[in-house]
Amino acid sequence: MISLPVPVIDPAISVVNAIIYLLLAPFVGGLIAGIDRRVTARMQGRVGPPILQPFYDVGKLFEKENIVVTTTQNFYVLSYLVFMGAAGMLFFAGGDMLLVIFAFTLSHIFLVLGAYASFSPYSHVGAERELIQIIAYEPMIILTAVGMYMVTQSFFVSAIANSGIPIILYLPGVFIGYLIVLTIKLRKSPFDLSTSHHAHQEIVKGVTTDFSGPNLAKIEIAHWYEYVFLLGVVYLFFGFNPLIALAAIVVAYFLEILIDNTISRVKWQLTLRSAWLVAGTLGIVNLGVLFYLKGVLAP
Amino acid sequence: MSYMTKSPWVIHYDASSCNGCDIEVLAALTPVYDLERFGIINTGNPKHADVFLVTGSVNEQNRAVVKNIYDQIPNPKVVVAVGICATSGGVFRECYNVAGGIDKIIPVDVYVPGCAARPESIIDGVVTALGILDAKRQAMKEKKSENAGNRGDVV
Repeated sequence: MISLPVPVIDPAISVVNAIIYLLLAPFVGGLIAGIDRRVTARMQGRVGPPILQPFYDVGKLFEKENIVVTTTQNFYVLSYLVFMGAAGMLFFAGGDMLLVIFAFTLSHIFLVLGAYASFSPYSHVGAERELIQIIAYEPMIILTAVGMYMVTQSFFVSAIANSGIPIILYLPGVFIGYLIVLTIKLRKSPFDLSTSHHAHQEIVKGVTTDFSGPNLAKIEIAHWYEYVFLLGVVYLFFGFNPLIALAAIVVAYFLEILIDNTISRVKWQLTLRSAWLVAGTLGIVNLGVLFYLKGVLAP
Repeated sequence: MSYMTKSPWVIHYDASSCNGCDIEVLAALTPVYDLERFGIINTGNPKHADVFLVTGSVNEQNRAVVKNIYDQIPNPKVVVAVGICATSGGVFRECYNVAGGIDKIIPVDVYVPGCAARPESIIDGVVTALGILDAKRQAMKEKKSENAGNRGDVV
């Protein structure tokens, strides 16, 4: 029996980190979304909206009437927001990576349930596609956590971030796989099947079809929390040097915008296949090689 | 300060006729005019929309469709009738199957004449509509504070 390493972070610091995330993540996420829209516009030869446009959008949505088909929609949307915030808080508090992933997945399940609660066929198709996306990205996200465990011997985010090990050198395949899955998670083309950003449309508006006004605003805020959490995972790969990590986040996000603007949307079959193919090859092979080298080099 | 005028999301619907005005609406959304500078987004979903752009005269086939789209847009909302057919029925006014202008079916806030309406005048019409949209938002807010505690009317 291997003794599990205890998390090396002070509980007070982890609580403070979680609260800072809860308060600041929407602002950071909204800014990222604003910069995203601006860069996208420039890539398309347009001027683009102001950087603060996402905040104007959400502010406006809160001023609108809340049309609900069934009142359970309100509950599901609130659960989506709360569990997304909780997942991010657990992550930034240095909690267990697996627990973070479970809370993260659960929040998306609430979004799917919310879309299923309405009677619109467009909403239902969006919900089904969101489920397919969850099925597509989930293996790679779990492999990311497993890979980090194999390198640092811990599932705790605090231990992974403070390990001082250049994780990216051990897990290059997992990192590329994570970036591809990030495209699905950020709702970027070619994998923006269930719903999409900007002025793109997909089966009316996919999962968000039957949400209007304040409910749509809550979905948007949950998505901002998601942005910060997902980019936080990118940080973990480069945790040994915060400056390099920040640079990696900027480069990774720019790549996502570039992919969004250069590749057209694919069918759900190809989404599922490519995500699993990536998880199966880059992810599993990377972990296999790591396992083998560990056995050979340090038995 | 209101966010309403900073992020108007538009839905457009062509209620029959030659489609020319509808093409001009789309022209206003291209990079040449780049309406996203003002936060204007073309949405295909009435439940996300604030501004309803209708082109063409309404006929008996899509009378219900126009009404349905209008009803699905959450308050506050404004309707802009784009092109002469939408404002009055235009040359199709006397046709047996044409109801006339859009205002025969739903309340219209701004009329943008022209055949076809130029993108500049459509943008001008939408900007005029934003003022009305903000006035409606304020009216809604006042009404809400009057009916505080009475949530029965929200659906």
